[in-house]
Amino acid sequence: MTDLLAVQGLTVHFATDEGVVQAVDGASLQIGAGEVVGLVGESGSGKSVTALAILRLLRPPARVLGGRIEFDGRDLLGCSEEEMRAVRGAQISMVFQSPRTSLNPVLPVGHQIERLLVQHGAVPPREARERAVEMLREVGIGEPERRARQYAHHLSGGMCQRVMIAMALATNPRLLIADEPTTGLDVSIAAQILDLLGDLGRRTGAAILFITHDLGVVARRCDRVVVMHAGQTVEWAPVRALFHAPAHPYTQALLRSIPRVVGTGEMEPIPGWVPSPLAPPPGCRFARRCPLARTECEAPVPVRAVGGEHRVACVAAEAS
Amino acid sequence: MDVLVVDDLQMHFPLRSIIPWRAPRVVRAVDGVSLRVAAGETLGLVGESGCGKSTLARCVLCLVEPTRGRVLLDDENLTALPEEALRRRRRDIQMVFQDPTASLNPRLSVAATVEEPLALHTPLTGAARRGRVDEVLEEVGLGAGLRDRYPHQLSGGQRQRVNIARAIATRPRLVVLDEPTSALDVSLRARVILLLAELKRRMGMTYLFISHDLSTVRYLCDRVAVMYLGVLVEEASAAELFDHPAHPYTRALLSCIPVPDPDVAPVRLTLSGEVPSPIDIPTGCRLRGRCPLAQPVCAEPVPVREIAPGHTVACHLV
Repeated sequence: MTDLLAVQGLTVHFATDEGVVQAVDGASLQIGAGEVVGLVGESGSGKSVTALAILRLLRPPARVLGGRIEFDGRDLLGCSEEEMRAVRGAQISMVFQSPRTSLNPVLPVGHQIERLLVQHGAVPPREARERAVEMLREVGIGEPERRARQYAHHLSGGMCQRVMIAMALATNPRLLIADEPTTGLDVSIAAQILDLLGDLGRRTGAAILFITHDLGVVARRCDRVVVMHAGQTVEWAPVRALFHAPAHPYTQALLRSIPRVVGTGEMEPIPGWVPSPLAPPPGCRFARRCPLARTECEAPVPVRAVGGEHRVACVAAEAS
Repeated sequence: MDVLVVDDLQMHFPLRSIIPWRAPRVVRAVDGVSLRVAAGETLGLVGESGCGKSTLARCVLCLVEPTRGRVLLDDENLTALPEEALRRRRRDIQMVFQDPTASLNPRLSVAATVEEPLALHTPLTGAARRGRVDEVLEEVGLGAGLRDRYPHQLSGGQRQRVNIARAIATRPRLVVLDEPTSALDVSLRARVILLLAELKRRMGMTYLFISHDLSTVRYLCDRVAVMYLGVLVEEASAAELFDHPAHPYTRALLSCIPVPDPDVAPVRLTLSGEVPSPIDIPTGCRLRGRCPLAQPVCAEPVPVREIAPGHTVACHLV
C-alpha cells in the first residue's frame, strides 16, 4: 500500500534564550489512505509539533532541520507557501484541542463555515449559506439554522468542537489531524465527538491522525498506533499488537501507568522524568528512565521489526 | 463514625429578573443532596460539568451559604456556626483544587505556602511551624531542596504536591479534592493518585474526591455517589457501582470511558444531547430527556430505593 502521508526523520528545533530546544528528533510515521492512526505520548513528547510541521504551520523560533514529509507523493517541506495554501485546509485539515478559542469570536459560526467554503471554491457563494447549515446538521447540531447565526460563546464546548469538525471536513480533505479533540470535554460529550469523527472519517474516506495521551481512545478508535517519547518515535504497531505485546519499554511503562476501570491491574507511574529537551541524552532518550538500559542505548537506535507491521526503536526489546 | 454529613443540601442561585413583577428564576445548582463520609473513608463524587459537584464542595467548605440544608462536621452543624467559630474549624476542612498552578500564590515559596495555613489556624510558634513544614513536605515526597523554590520553578506534579501539602498541613479531618488530577499528564496523574492513596493508608485521611475521571475514582474511592443536575442518582460502594451500575446515567457514564484494550467490545448506552440548563430542570426524573430507556412514568417524582445493601438508586425503571 502506498502511504498517503509519510514523515521520515523529522527534526524540529526551537531557538530559545536558554538554548536550543530539540523538540522533535528524527520522528517517522506513515498513514495509509482512509486509515486511522493514533499518535500517543506524554505532554512535551513532540506530538503537536509534529502535527504543526506536517501542516507547515511552525513559525520561528521553530525550525525544521531535517526530514521529509511526503503527502500523496509530494514533498511538503519543499512546497512554496502558495502551494501549501492549496493543501492546508483543503487536503489536510486540522481539529484543535480548544474548540472555543479556535473559532472566531466575532463572526457567527455559520458565517465562518461559509467563508471557508467560498475560499476553497467548494460551492458558489450564493449556495454557501445553505451548505453551511447542511454541514451543521450533518455533525449533529440541532436547529442548525438558528445555530448558524450564533457566535462561539453561545455554544457549549461540545458544540464548538462539532462546528470545528464541520469546518475541517467541509472541503473533503484526505487527511484530518485531530489534536486532542476531546480534552476538556465531559466523558459523554467526548464519546459523542469521537463517534462523530470516526463516523465521518469512514463516510468521507478521510484518513485520521489522532493525537492523544488517552490510550483508551487509541484502543477503540485507531487501526495503528505510533508512540512518541521526548521527541522520538519509539514504536509503530497495529493497535492489537501494541496493547497485547508492547515492545518498547516506554510503551510498556505507559500502559502500566493508567488506572483501569476494568480489571485490577496495578498502576505504576513511569519511572523518572521526561528528559529536558535542552540537553537530551544521546541515542535513546528513554534510556535514563529505562530498566533495560545498556551502553548501546547511547548510540543512535536502529529500528527493528518485531513482527508484521510492528516496529520498535530499541536495542533491548525482544521480538514477539 | 461519620466525619462529614450533608443533610438535604440545597443551593439555589437567583437570577436577576428582567421583568420586575415576575418572580426571578433560579439556578438550581444543588437540589436536595444528602451524603455521609465516614472517618478514613474516601467518597467519590462523580458527574459531568454543571452537575453541581463543585457547588456542593463549596457548600461543604462553607465558602457559600446554602439556601437550605445542613453540613455537619463531626456532628457539629457548620451552617449554623457564627463566623468566628467557623474560622476556628476551618483547619479541619481543607481543599485541593483542580489547577495546580492557579491555586498557588506565585509570590510565595513552597515553604511559605505550606506554612500559611499553620500560621492562620494553629497556635504553633515559628520554629515549630517550620519543623512541621519540613515534615509535611517529606510526607508528600518533596525533598527539602525544594523548600525555597517558587511555583514557577516547579513541574505540574510538584505543584500539585505543594497543594496537597498545604491541605494536609493542619491535619484536617476532611480533605476535599476537586479534580486534583485532571490537569495533569498521564504519568504525573498516576504519581499523584498513588500519593493520595498512600496518605490515606498511612494517616487515615478522609477524602471527598470530586472527579469526572471514573478510572481514577475506581482506584481511590471506597464509595461513589453519582450526581446529575443537582441531585444524587446513585450511590454504592466502588466495587458494587463499577460491577453492577443500576442507574441509566451511571451506566452511560461507564460505557463512555474508553477502555485501553482493543478487544473489550464497547457496550454503549448513549445519552442523546447535552445536560439541560439547571434553570429549566425537567419534572420527575431529570435524565428523562436524554435517557434511551425513558418511559411515561419517568415524568413522575422519582423514589430513591435501596436495591442492595448500601446501594441506592433514584430511577423508576430499576
